[in-house]
Amino acid sequence: MIERVTEIQKQAEAEISAASSSAALEDLRVQYLGRKAELPQLLRDVAQLPPEQRGEAGRTANQARQSLEAMIEAAAAGFEAAEMSAALADDNVDVTLPGSPLETRGHHHLLSATRREIEDVFCGLGYSVVEGPEVETVHYNFDALNHDPAHPARARSDTFYIEGGGEGPEQTLLRTHTSPMQIRIMEQAPPPIALIVPGRVFRRDSDATHTPQFHQIEGLLVDEGVTLADLKGTLLAFARAIFGADRELRLRPHFFPFTEPSVEVDVSCFMCEKGATSGGERCSLCKGTGWLEVLGSGMVDPNVFAAVSEHGYDPDTHQGFAFGLGIERIAMLKHGVPDLRFFYENDLRFLRQFG
Amino acid sequence: MRVPIDWLSEYVEVELTPVELSERLAMTGTEVARVLHHGPLSADNFVVGKVLSAEQHPDADRLRVCSVDTGDSEPRTIVCGAPNVAAGQTVSVALPGAVMPDGTKLGEAKLRGIKSSGMILAEDELGIGGEHDGIMVLTDDLAAGTPLAGVFAVSSDVLEPELTPNRGDCGGLYGIAREVHAATGAALSAPPWSDDPGASTLGSAPAGISVTVDDAALCPRFTARIFENVTVGRSPIWLKARLAAAGQRSISNVVDITNYVMLVSGHPLHAFDLDRIAGGELTVRAARDGEKLTTLDGEERTLDGDICLIADADGPTSLAGVMGGSRSEVSDQTTSVLLEVAVWDGANINRTSTRLGLRSEASSRFEKGLSPEGALEAQAMASALMLELTGATLVDGTLDVGGDGPAANVIRLRDARIISLLGTPIARERSQAILEALGFTVTAADDGLDVTVPHWRRDDVTREADLIEEVARINGLESLPATLPLNRTGLAGGLSREQRMIRRAEDVLVGRGLSEIVGWSFTDPQICDRLLLDDDHPLRALVVIENPMSSAQSVMRPSILPSLLDAAAYNMARGAEGCALFESGSVYRAGPSDDGMAASEHHGLGAIVTGPVREPSWADAQPPAARIESAHALVSSVLGALGIEWEVEDGELPFLHPGRTAMIRTAEGLLGWFGEVHPAVAASWEIEQPIAALAIDIGRASALAPTHSIFSDLTSFPPLREDLAVIVPSGVAAASVVSCIIAAGSPLVSRAEVFDVYSGEQVGEGRVSLALHVDFAAGDRTLSDEDVAPLREKIVAALKVELDGELRG
Ligand SMILES: [Zn+2]
Repeated sequence: MIERVTEIQKQAEAEISAASSSAALEDLRVQYLGRKAELPQLLRDVAQLPPEQRGEAGRTANQARQSLEAMIEAAAAGFEAAEMSAALADDNVDVTLPGSPLETRGHHHLLSATRREIEDVFCGLGYSVVEGPEVETVHYNFDALNHDPAHPARARSDTFYIEGGGEGPEQTLLRTHTSPMQIRIMEQAPPPIALIVPGRVFRRDSDATHTPQFHQIEGLLVDEGVTLADLKGTLLAFARAIFGADRELRLRPHFFPFTEPSVEVDVSCFMCEKGATSGGERCSLCKGTGWLEVLGSGMVDPNVFAAVSEHGYDPDTHQGFAFGLGIERIAMLKHGVPDLRFFYENDLRFLRQFG
Repeated sequence: MRVPIDWLSEYVEVELTPVELSERLAMTGTEVARVLHHGPLSADNFVVGKVLSAEQHPDADRLRVCSVDTGDSEPRTIVCGAPNVAAGQTVSVALPGAVMPDGTKLGEAKLRGIKSSGMILAEDELGIGGEHDGIMVLTDDLAAGTPLAGVFAVSSDVLEPELTPNRGDCGGLYGIAREVHAATGAALSAPPWSDDPGASTLGSAPAGISVTVDDAALCPRFTARIFENVTVGRSPIWLKARLAAAGQRSISNVVDITNYVMLVSGHPLHAFDLDRIAGGELTVRAARDGEKLTTLDGEERTLDGDICLIADADGPTSLAGVMGGSRSEVSDQTTSVLLEVAVWDGANINRTSTRLGLRSEASSRFEKGLSPEGALEAQAMASALMLELTGATLVDGTLDVGGDGPAANVIRLRDARIISLLGTPIARERSQAILEALGFTVTAADDGLDVTVPHWRRDDVTREADLIEEVARINGLESLPATLPLNRTGLAGGLSREQRMIRRAEDVLVGRGLSEIVGWSFTDPQICDRLLLDDDHPLRALVVIENPMSSAQSVMRPSILPSLLDAAAYNMARGAEGCALFESGSVYRAGPSDDGMAASEHHGLGAIVTGPVREPSWADAQPPAARIESAHALVSSVLGALGIEWEVEDGELPFLHPGRTAMIRTAEGLLGWFGEVHPAVAASWEIEQPIAALAIDIGRASALAPTHSIFSDLTSFPPLREDLAVIVPSGVAAASVVSCIIAAGSPLVSRAEVFDVYSGEQVGEGRVSLALHVDFAAGDRTLSDEDVAPLREKIVAALKVELDGELRG
């Protein structure tokens, strides 16, 4: 019997070594180690041998079985890796087909994205963001902001008034700028304050460069010892954050009712070098001037502080600056949007380009 | 306002090019909108000529063949079509090579066989006046060959400055000249009103006229002079040319003088035909409601009680500060002129011109507020011209009601304040030079300068800050350092929690595939009918605009839904199969808000989804269409992101599908709704497929969001999950099954959630089967089946009793 076991083992070892697939190995496993195979049968037969032979025969047969099992397992492991590789290589798809589900990401509107971008710049500079009512009163929109009673912006041709909105300072209107919040905030919080006011504003104007509704961000900082140079530094930080680190600033004197001195602020054009493109042509963005007008600003007029003096603002000790910019304008400049009308059409082909 | 450089140069020695000058003015506070050119680009080849002879052209009835001396060795032959050309005239000639205003270059040409070497010019050919009634004839004292530019302004660059409302003093060329002087250092001439031929007449009124001013507030000063022996006629060519370059039409010498003086001084004047002032008396008063006046432009105007007018014995004769009346207009027959120079209240003039829709050169200057002293300056300059150009004699006396303005203000300008406001010093000498150049009078003080404000800046410069602005703008802001505020203690800044919550909500929707729109706050009042609102629906309390630009934009939107439907319709009309949109913005309701604002506004978040919930793709060819559950899921995402506990309840809204309307309920009240848009409403936007929609008062939701989450131990003792299938009558809401299970399984049921719904044969008519995951958990131990079994029985019993429910299978 021992001879037979050795013989089977040799034969099996030879065949296992020669096997060329895991299927062939499986066949060999059944053939040599399966329930009906000879070797297991021999193992079962050990019990019928005389007791003195059982020990050695059993050991030999058992060792042969374990050795064959190990050999098949080892050979199978080799085949499996190769065969899986082969199978996976066959199981291929066209990876250039689109993903599915297709794009599920939505988009922030460019105006919102721009507003957030600007908000984040000023939050980083330590400003708070506050919002205020769009239906305002003459008092907050004009009077308290030092607008002359004859200021043309008050005219019914320029400002939307609300029906049944009362008379005099309490008459209601759609705010023409976000500046009324300057007053509302100063009435609520003593200095120092640093805040920006983003929001929707309305002017009675509709042409290629105006829509009757648009979006502004107003900024206000009040403290002791705040200077025009501080305004310049603050806006320079803003301009560089939005338009690039190489930007410079230019202040031009101007007039606004609620600031004194007042300045218009230009940022050096980011599309050209002093008005000329790298190809030597006249820059179309800045129209060859090298500068882009981005906002109006100035030092808060003492009269504005006088209007809120009871809330802790003293025209003699407090100084501050205010600035206002159009979100549409910033977005158009930065993203090359050629026409205001795109912002309010809400065409998905436009919306999906941004945000 | 147009500023011809040629004319300006009479008052200030401009040496910069027009573009350089514009840039310098822009950097000192006077924006120049455009630089234009008037007349031919160059005055070369335009000369004075003498007509030696003018003969009939042999082959053309309407042409004359002229021999013209243009200062050359030989007279030249010029063929001329003007009927008035005649030998002996002094004329303007364009020689071959001259470039006409339209850009054509003049050559030699044969006209009906005769060579013409030049052109005798009519006024309109040089851009002066609109009439082509013949050549312009010059005075005979001019020598042949004299460059025409030496006679009048043939060619001039023209600046178009944009004046800020505070600078009424720059409404005239001399005011601009003063700015140029201060900004560039160019020498400034003495004002053109320095020599007043009527200086000796000041202090007494002329005979033959009396003036009463009823309301001095509306008319701080009224001055008048009387001119006799006036010959009304044409203005000399230099005057016409200047007016033309400034964009004004020549009318007659008298009217032209008033316009000319206004353009130089900035102070409007008005000439009356004295003989047409009824009763020889003028009254300045408020109009009576309904009173009528025909203005110079021929329009009959109906006035009201806020409008100020000038009346004579026969009633209104002039609209104060805006436009004269036709009844007292100067005409060819006029021989006596009353020249009025007054000062009117700016706000009142603004109101009048706005109310009448009538803006004039005069009103646009008066509304900026002019100084009383300027009135006599304009009288002085006009008087000299009246005497010179109309042959008039000045009647002794100057009528003056109101007199000069208040005494000049003296303001201390402290060096220290300059530094503290600008953040950089300006030398005292420099400040002094700048202020003096602008016409201020300056004396030294201990800590700075004492500055006297000239009358033309009286209203504009009243405080130290105003002086600092003057000094800073002329000194230039180019060298200002860029610093950051130093004293920034205690200011943390950043977004408020509510603002962060709103951003989060918007981000959730973007992440779920919705695109944000920005709609119009304006809408059409018919929106209420389109939304099927009942007559007394609260959303009908619209905020109405009194002066809308169109009826389609005449009210403020009461809801974001219409903006979303507009955008959806727009995109679907352009081929979109569906869309997923949201907007985060204001909605408006009439009447005061809880917090005292003029109208109720709240920050709304609205969304709609229509068409496939996902974009179809090769692997997902037919995604389901959006229905109410899509909106429900979005509400769950948004409110979940904000950490707000909420429940759904059945609702009813006129613009939603009556069977598919749900309200968002929180412990603090309703927060919004979701559902499907009523098909009739959708149809009104021409959308024929279901539209899932939602609206959340995100302003309020952001405030309800818990400030922070508190830890719960969900890992030490994991829940035991059981699945239940319950058959209930089909009217029973899923939410009531859930709350029944939670109540009956209290306190160990931690969650119950529907994961499948089935109705059909197997559950019988009128019944529906809901499959739910039910989680049982305790905070102090892991539950066993023995813990849960009795609860399960209680749940089954409760479902039976409360909802007529039974376990399935
Ligand atoms: Zn550029």
